[in-house]
Amino acid sequence: MRWIWQRRRQEEDFDAEVRSHLDMAVRDRAERGEDRGEAGRAARREFGNVGLVKEVTRDVWGFGSLERLFQDLRFGLRMLAKAPGFAAVAILTLALGIGANTALFSVVNGVLLNPLPYPNPEQLVSLAESKPNFDSGSIPFPNFRDWRKDNRTFSMMGISRTYSYNMTGRGEAEQVSAEFISSDYLAVLGVKPVIGRLFAEGEDEIGASPIVLIGEGFWNRKFGAARDIVGQGLTLDGKTFTIVGVVPASFKLQVWSFRTSDVYAPIGQWTNPILNLRTAGLGFHGVGRLKPGVTIQQARADMKRVTAALTAAYPDTDTGIGATLMPLKEQMVGSLRPLLLVLLAAVGFVLLIACVNVANLLMARSTGRAREFAVRAALGAGRVRIVRQLLTESMVLALAGAVLGLFFAEWGTKFALGHLPATMPRSAEIGIDVRVLLFTMGVALLCGILFGLTPALRISRPNLQDALKEGGRGSGGARHRAQGIFVVAEVAMALVLLIAAGLMIRSLSALWSVNPGFDPHNVLSFGVALAPMPKDTSPDSVRTKLRELQSRLASTPGVKSASLSWGAMPLGYDDEDLFYMEDQPKPASVNDMDWSLSYVVQEDYLKVMGISVQRGRFFTALDNEHSPHVIVIDDVFAHKFFGDRDPIGKLVVLDNKGGLAEIVGVVGHVKQWGLDTDDKQSLRAELYFPFMQLPDAAMRPSSWSGTGVLVRYEGEAQSVQKAIRSGLQSMSSDQVMYSVQTMEEVISDTLVERRISMIVLGSFAALALGLASMGIYGVISYLVGQRTREIGIRIALGAKRSDVLRIVLGEGMKMTVIGVAIGLLASFGLTRLMANLLFGVSATDPVTFAGVALVLTLVALAACNVPARRAMRVDPIVALRYE
Amino acid sequence: MAEKKVRYQNRIELLQGTLDLLILQTLQWGPQHGYGISVAIRNRSGDLLQVDTGSLYPALHRLDKQKWIKAEWRISENNQRAKFYQLTAAGKKQLTRERSKWSQLSDAIAGVLNPFEGETKP
Repeated sequence: MRWIWQRRRQEEDFDAEVRSHLDMAVRDRAERGEDRGEAGRAARREFGNVGLVKEVTRDVWGFGSLERLFQDLRFGLRMLAKAPGFAAVAILTLALGIGANTALFSVVNGVLLNPLPYPNPEQLVSLAESKPNFDSGSIPFPNFRDWRKDNRTFSMMGISRTYSYNMTGRGEAEQVSAEFISSDYLAVLGVKPVIGRLFAEGEDEIGASPIVLIGEGFWNRKFGAARDIVGQGLTLDGKTFTIVGVVPASFKLQVWSFRTSDVYAPIGQWTNPILNLRTAGLGFHGVGRLKPGVTIQQARADMKRVTAALTAAYPDTDTGIGATLMPLKEQMVGSLRPLLLVLLAAVGFVLLIACVNVANLLMARSTGRAREFAVRAALGAGRVRIVRQLLTESMVLALAGAVLGLFFAEWGTKFALGHLPATMPRSAEIGIDVRVLLFTMGVALLCGILFGLTPALRISRPNLQDALKEGGRGSGGARHRAQGIFVVAEVAMALVLLIAAGLMIRSLSALWSVNPGFDPHNVLSFGVALAPMPKDTSPDSVRTKLRELQSRLASTPGVKSASLSWGAMPLGYDDEDLFYMEDQPKPASVNDMDWSLSYVVQEDYLKVMGISVQRGRFFTALDNEHSPHVIVIDDVFAHKFFGDRDPIGKLVVLDNKGGLAEIVGVVGHVKQWGLDTDDKQSLRAELYFPFMQLPDAAMRPSSWSGTGVLVRYEGEAQSVQKAIRSGLQSMSSDQVMYSVQTMEEVISDTLVERRISMIVLGSFAALALGLASMGIYGVISYLVGQRTREIGIRIALGAKRSDVLRIVLGEGMKMTVIGVAIGLLASFGLTRLMANLLFGVSATDPVTFAGVALVLTLVALAACNVPARRAMRVDPIVALRYE
Repeated sequence: MAEKKVRYQNRIELLQGTLDLLILQTLQWGPQHGYGISVAIRNRSGDLLQVDTGSLYPALHRLDKQKWIKAEWRISENNQRAKFYQLTAAGKKQLTRERSKWSQLSDAIAGVLNPFEGETKP
């Protein structure tokens, strides 16, 4: 900072030099006999413009531009301090615009732009098995083993599936989140254990000795991060596992059904009896790491070869299967890209509107300053200098707005992410980093130029004499036109945003009014982890335990009815059964059988869910393990497989559930796949199977670590939940209730992406509407202020006050209507981009378009009304005397 | 703008770069302040060359920065404080260079303006 001192000395020195120059010149003239006063004036005239001479001389000293920048900055700050109201409004407007942009960009940056936090992330691909009617199905364990063995393009691949274990023997029984993984799974992602080791090859085989990895969080919470934990035992579902290592907390992954968990167990430890079937997908999905230099196309070709070989080797089970490969990042965030880009475009509009508003403010203010700049120009400031001065002022505004905007963005994203369910992939990576800061600075500078340049160019070209004479009133015409264009642009952009938000709102309300096929009010869904049972528990005692559980739940205060649920859960997870009609010959392979969604429930299920019986009957308590098997189907099943024939009494053969079953009833269809997409799915047929008729093989204690439960309750969900929890505790302290959700929450979770986009678009649109009406209000107020004299004269000449009102409102409406027209045209083009975010409403929905246009016009009218009323009340005497 | 141009018409515009030469040459006769330099140039040119202060002071400060001249506050003959500029050794060399450049230039221009004179000279 020393140069500032030096510079000051240099300034003072030069000032003295100029003074001495003038003194000597005056003295010479006086010696020649000129009048003293006259000599002084002549000497100064001869010297020329002192300010300009100083300016060009300072240029020689170097540092000129930097110093000028500081000078301009200082001056700009001083000007802003002198007009704190203007500065506050401008900075706040910009902060909102820039903040919204920064927030959204930090999301885009974290989700779409940043690479995945794993070594060589570009080598990672997601793996799924394609089936004849399904592109990314799960991979049966035996097939995966062959993929792993036969491929030539992957250095590693792994599959996983979520699970939850009932942990006992370490204090109170606890439900712990778990993930079944193949040996290589964590190694694929480059995970290094905190202590101990990961799984080795072969340890994921069925029958291998029971070992687990635990998560670092779980390790801290449960074991106080004791380092001697490796080698200790952990009791899960009644079986003792040996802990071999700790997975770092920094490892995070959300893809397919993989979630960062408390424990990770090798797949082979899963006691599911059909784990080893090639027909059983069981929800396994995978990730693989390509060998260096291998492209995804080469890998796809390689996997095509591998799966073709499997089809040849196992035609019964593997006909029509293939492998679906996608870059891992694409898999994780691909579906979010269109949404985020739409939102980014929307927030860009908000920023433009904010800029236009500030430009408008600057224009209005420039009227008051025209004289100031005329004086400066007269004193020798060049046009470039004045434009630079004005631009510096707008930069100061923009940067102040950016700094405040950063706070808004930081706070806004934190708030939003904190209040959203953790469905947004990679949300942990959203934050303000260098790239976001650069983006914000870039946006701010761009804004400064954008809103500063037009007023600056306009003001720096004043007719000097007019400006000095009239105090800047004369040169208005062109300025009014520019402000009119600003208003039109604002209205048009606000309209586009409002229409987008309107379409989202209409989509959501359309979705909410979709009947899911059941009554989601007052229904609670949760899981119960059963206390571990001895290995030799008979199927009958398992059934008894489950019956006890159900009757305990049903008799809990507040619970009206309860049903255990296995298999599919509406809007939650799906489960399918293969079947064929009894009157047809058994298909040669499972590929020729039909699929149906399959719900395994108890007799009270219909009461709990409020589903209606259309024909026949639902189950009773008598449809149990001792009676002939029965099923109930939904109307889609009936229509698809029986057409107009009566399905009641028909027999079907269920491949996985013990064979022959009679259809005893038809119920209404439930939208399993979600309110929006269910109609478009190919697999929609549904069947219900009595819980107690599950085959004995499924009633082994090892299969029953837990079960789903659905109850209909009355009163407060919270208190019912509490009552259920304590009831379960009193049955056994090893019994745990987990994943409690009301059905309404389940539904609302399925709509979360749309709801987020609606909220975000809605708030952008509200912001845009507010800014635009502020802009209209400002411009009309300004015009009224400018025309006070004219209005006074009109009134003095006999114009009615209502005429004045009409004129002013007419002016505002003219701009609004043009803006609305342009906005409507633009919307026709732009809303197409969000077509896939909409439901039940067309991208050019006339009702939304017309309604929003009307609302915007009314708001604009209201904004014009205030200044128009003011104009109406102009007192001609005052207005004329004012001159 | 228009007014300014009229004012300048009575004077000869200095060629680019010649102001430095004039300043250095003026200082050859002894240290001088800015006002003195402008008066000296005007007088010696018979009032034809009027140095604009907007050119003079940037030139002085530029030459100072090049270390061809150095500045010092002194009391003038009229007992006024003034900033005097003085040629340095490097400035003297520069003056020689500038002078020879100037005579080359004026010869060349003279040659172009009076071509026949040039031919008759052997």
